[in-house]
Amino acid sequence: MLITQLKSKETIASLVDGKKVFIINCHGCKEVHFPEKEADELQKEMMAAGNVTGIMTRDYICNPENTKLRLQKYMDKIEAADVVLVFSCGVGVQTLAEILEDKIVCAACDTYHLPGGQGVTPLEYDCQQCGECYLNLTGGICPLTACSKSLVNGQCGGSKNGKCEVDSNMECGWERIYRRLAQIGRLDIMKCPVQVRNYATDDEVSK
Amino acid sequence: MKITELFERGEFVVSAEVGPPKGIHIEHLLEEAKTYLSGITAVNVTDNQSSVMRLGSLATCKALKDEGLTPIFQLTCRDRNRIALQSDLLSAAMLGIDNILCLTGDHTKMGDHPQAKPVFDLDSVSLLHTVKQLEEGVDLGGNQLVGEPPKFAKGAVVSPCSDSVDAQLAKMERKVMAGADYFQTQAVYEPEKFIEFMEKAKQFGKPVQLGIVIPKSVGMAKYMNNNVAGIHVPDEMIAELAADKEKTKAGITGVEIAARIIKECKPYCQGVHIMALGWESKVPDLLKLAEI
Repeated sequence: MLITQLKSKETIASLVDGKKVFIINCHGCKEVHFPEKEADELQKEMMAAGNVTGIMTRDYICNPENTKLRLQKYMDKIEAADVVLVFSCGVGVQTLAEILEDKIVCAACDTYHLPGGQGVTPLEYDCQQCGECYLNLTGGICPLTACSKSLVNGQCGGSKNGKCEVDSNMECGWERIYRRLAQIGRLDIMKCPVQVRNYATDDEVSK
Repeated sequence: MKITELFERGEFVVSAEVGPPKGIHIEHLLEEAKTYLSGITAVNVTDNQSSVMRLGSLATCKALKDEGLTPIFQLTCRDRNRIALQSDLLSAAMLGIDNILCLTGDHTKMGDHPQAKPVFDLDSVSLLHTVKQLEEGVDLGGNQLVGEPPKFAKGAVVSPCSDSVDAQLAKMERKVMAGADYFQTQAVYEPEKFIEFMEKAKQFGKPVQLGIVIPKSVGMAKYMNNNVAGIHVPDEMIAELAADKEKTKAGITGVEIAARIIKECKPYCQGVHIMALGWESKVPDLLKLAEI
C-alpha cells in the first residue's frame, strides 16, 4: 500500500513558475490513497491563472502501453506545455518521464509507504515510497532505485563503460539521469543545493 | 599541519597511500612509511579499501602521526551512518588529525563481506557538507558543538579519465559547492585526457593532485582495464610492460612509465598522489625520476 501527498504549494509553484503546464492525474489503483480534493483545488487555482494547457485524469498510468494510447489525443496540448506536472505515485511519474522523454516531467506528490501489498508496478520502474520524491531533480529517473547505492548527489566513481560496479548488467543510474537532464536542457539542476536524505519521513504520514 | 596550507603557498604537494593490514600488527606498515614516505608531504590511510575489512583508518592515522608523519584520514560512507561519521570526525580532530579525504566508498558487494548492509546514509557530497557544518560548530542535526569546532583540510576525489567525464565534472562541482578544499584523482594513464580534464576543472579554483598507480605487470594493467572504473592503460604502455619481463618485474618499467606521466601532467596540476599498492619502496625512485 502507499499514500501520496501533495508537495508543498511553494514547491509546486517553483516547478511551474510562469510556465505552460499540462497536468496528469492518476486516480490510481486500489492500493493508493490519492489527495483528490487538495489536488483539484490546486489545479483550479492554476487554471484560473491561465497557465494550464490541459488535464488528463486516468487510473493506472504506470501501465505504459495503456498510457501511451490515452496520451495520443492530448499530444498537441502536451506539445504546447513547457512542463508536464504529474499527480501520482513515483512509479507513475517515472513511466511518464520515459514516455515523454523530451519533456520536463515533474512530480507534484511525495509517495509514502504503508504496510500491505503493492500495486501493478511494472518491473522497469520502482518507487521506494521514500516520502521526499527526488524525481524533479533527476529528470524523472529515481536515484534511489536506479542507483545501487541510492545516491542523491550524483554518480560515484564506480561506473565502467556506463555500467554499475555492482552489476555489469545494470546501467549506471546517474549516467542515465545526467543524459536525461541534458536531453531536457536542465543540467542546471546538477547545481541544486546538497541533498541529505531524511529517513524520518516515514513518520510524517502518521502525524 | 593541513595540506591546504602548502597548496596556498604554491607548493607541489606529494602524498602516497597506505592500506592497513587485516590484523593488529602495523609495525611493517610503519617501518615502510618511515623508510620510504617520510620525505613526502602526507600519507593517506585507506578506509576498508575495496570493501575489505581491515584495521581502521583512524587508528592507523594516529600511529603514523606518532611517528612524525602527516596522515590523511580517508573516510567512506559505506560502513557508517551520519552519527558515526560525525563522531569519527570529532575523534580525528581530538587526535590532531586534520587532513581528511571524503569518499562515497565501494559497494559492500565488491569486498570480502558481500552479505554486509551497505549504509550510504550520506554520500561524498553530503559528507563534505556535514564536515563544513561541524567546522561552523553545528552538527548535521542542527545541534551546537561544545567548545571550539574542529577544522579540517577537506579532500575529495574525482575520476578524470572516466568514460562519463562530464558527469564526473558535475559531481566535482557539487563537491566544491559542498566545501571540498582539494582533490585527488583516480589513477591516470592517459595524460592527454587528464590535461583536457584539468582545462575544464580549473574553473573551480581548487588544487588537484594527479593520481598515480605504478603499473606492476601486464596482468595488472589488463585487470585494471577490465575491472577498475575510470582507468584505461593504453595498448602501447602494455606493450612496454611486456617488452622486457625482468625489467618490469624489477619495477623499473612501471616506475619509468609513472615518472613520464607525472612529468607530462605536472604543469597542469598542483600535486601528485601515489597509490603504490605494496610498492612503497619504489616511491623515492619514482619521485627522483620524475624530478620532484
